[in-house]
Amino acid sequence: MTLAEAKQINAPTPRVITTKPRTSDKIFRAVIFTGALSSLVILAAIAIFLGLRGFEILAREGLSFITGYEWYSSVNSDGTASEDPSVYGIGAMLIGTIVTALIAVSIGVPISIAAALYLNFYAPSSIRGFLVGVIDLMAAFPSILFGLWGFNVLMPSGEYWAKLLHKYLGWIPLFDVSTPFFSRSPFIAGLVLAIMIIPIVTSIAREVFSQTPLDRIQAAYALGATKWSMIRAVVLPFGYSGVVGGAMLGLGRAMGETVAVFTVLNIIFQANFQILLGAGGNVASLIILKFGEASAEEIKALMAAGLMLFLLTLLVNMLADLLVNRTVKQGR
Amino acid sequence: MIMSATTLNYPKPQKPWKPKQKDLIPTYIGILAVLVGTWALVEFTGFAGKLGAFASVIICTTIVSSFLAGRSRGRQAAKNAAVASIITALTLLAIFPVISILGTVLVRGTKGLYVGFFTTDMGLASVNDPLNVGGILHAIIGTFIMIVIATLISVPLGISTAIYLTEIRGPGSRLIRFLVQAMSGVPSIVAGLFIYSSIISGSGRGFNGLWGALALSILMLPTVARTAEEVLLLIAQDLREAGLALGATQWRTVAMVVVPAAKSGLITAMILGIARIAGETAPLLFTTGGGDVTNLNPTDGVMGSIPYAIWKALISGSAESNARAWASILVLLVLVMILFFSARRLGKARR
Repeated sequence: MTLAEAKQINAPTPRVITTKPRTSDKIFRAVIFTGALSSLVILAAIAIFLGLRGFEILAREGLSFITGYEWYSSVNSDGTASEDPSVYGIGAMLIGTIVTALIAVSIGVPISIAAALYLNFYAPSSIRGFLVGVIDLMAAFPSILFGLWGFNVLMPSGEYWAKLLHKYLGWIPLFDVSTPFFSRSPFIAGLVLAIMIIPIVTSIAREVFSQTPLDRIQAAYALGATKWSMIRAVVLPFGYSGVVGGAMLGLGRAMGETVAVFTVLNIIFQANFQILLGAGGNVASLIILKFGEASAEEIKALMAAGLMLFLLTLLVNMLADLLVNRTVKQGR
Repeated sequence: MIMSATTLNYPKPQKPWKPKQKDLIPTYIGILAVLVGTWALVEFTGFAGKLGAFASVIICTTIVSSFLAGRSRGRQAAKNAAVASIITALTLLAIFPVISILGTVLVRGTKGLYVGFFTTDMGLASVNDPLNVGGILHAIIGTFIMIVIATLISVPLGISTAIYLTEIRGPGSRLIRFLVQAMSGVPSIVAGLFIYSSIISGSGRGFNGLWGALALSILMLPTVARTAEEVLLLIAQDLREAGLALGATQWRTVAMVVVPAAKSGLITAMILGIARIAGETAPLLFTTGGGDVTNLNPTDGVMGSIPYAIWKALISGSAESNARAWASILVLLVLVMILFFSARRLGKARR
């Protein structure tokens, strides 16, 4: 018998370690698990109920619900029906949603990135806390406040800037207008939305930038980099996908915003790419606009529109979360 | 005698790194150049108004600071200085709306306030009545009732989600964390539409405060869950292990050790959740009906709320109703800011 064989024989088989949870623990885990499922249940229920109510319209309109530019209900709110068949298409509103959200992102995100860089790398520590507080406070402002402020305060200035843009950059098709009507344009709605997404994008960019590995920052400085060349060589490449995620999160917020957009936007059913012209739309504000005097059939169409909005924002948000989580995890 | 000698011989503290008057001359010239340049830009070009003046200060500062840095330390330093002033300017631009919003609300909101504003409702007043008639008592009460109900629903659900993610770490933790994050991006209008489509539509049930509170709790849940998760993650692992080592079950450990240790943080989570929903308007438009009369019963009849009152005043469009909207939003803003600052205070005390 060799030594190895002897060892094998004498070695006791490892005891299988199990824990038998007490009844109290079982109940505790079951209760907590049920609570934790609430988010799954609610999200599923939203999709199911909106889909159920909107199914009739979605089935009838088919793809033209997304691509059609017309929204016309044949049944009036008092029950009388007119002769033309009703047509429901949210194409113009979808385009409007994307246009206003893109304006918001292209104005808000550069400002947010700059603010995040300032707070992380430039701000004296004495005012950093104060500035972070101010930007966080902005995130807590209710959206109707932005609507009211946007309508009363920002709109006059916004119109003035729109006219300036048109005057000097009108040769670019984007800043051209077919009629000189600058009030309540997608540009102004985009400005309000840009201000609304600044806090969320800033806080995400700040978190992402703060995860930059310190040794890389110090290595850049040791090689003689100035602050800006350090940021460009280390911080921005590191935070890139996280910041893109933050921007998408802002995009999702801007797409779903209702009250603030409704107060500052002139809702017209046409595909309008002239952002300075006072005509636009947004799926959420369409729902608010039509809900008040909608017939039973139109309500179903609005549910279908709500479902589209829900799916669109959910998709954008999930992509954004994936991007942000990836960057934040790989940090320090 | 000895004392005076020591005071006499005591050497002055020296700061050799401090810039001398001579070194500061370029800085002084720079400030002067910025002032002159700003004046010239505002005077001779289209940069009129507050924002124009701001823009011209930024342009001049950028040029002058990068010139000064470049003169003594080369091209990279010039670029660095220019970027620094642009980033500072954009940061100022980011906080400018906050100042403008707070200022406007304070100036315009105080005009519509009077004592009766808090003690009467709009039952006998129309939105176009003069400002000393009617108030938002019904809205304050309605908002309060709905917040209480929404808190009662979403705080237990949110905290149990957080406990599942941090304490139990059972199957599907990653999926649930992901879904909670996705849920926090659900547009508020969708929450309202969902309650309308699942409860109100086609059932013969009318608008009331409870449905509004349900819609609000959908929006509140992810905020509470995410903040509570962060708070629970900060609790030291030693505490949990100590609890288990004493022979406690997991249930006892969580209930007697972890949750009490995280109490102030969990309250912060609740407050942040309330701040999130206090000003939500869109979901209430589909669920509460927005009454004008004080209604204490959330299960029967339309119920007003501060955001809905602002909405009504805003869309009616007269000067009086506009003033009333500003006064109401001042009340709402004060409420939100009280919540926000108490949450921050609690958060600071924790760290």
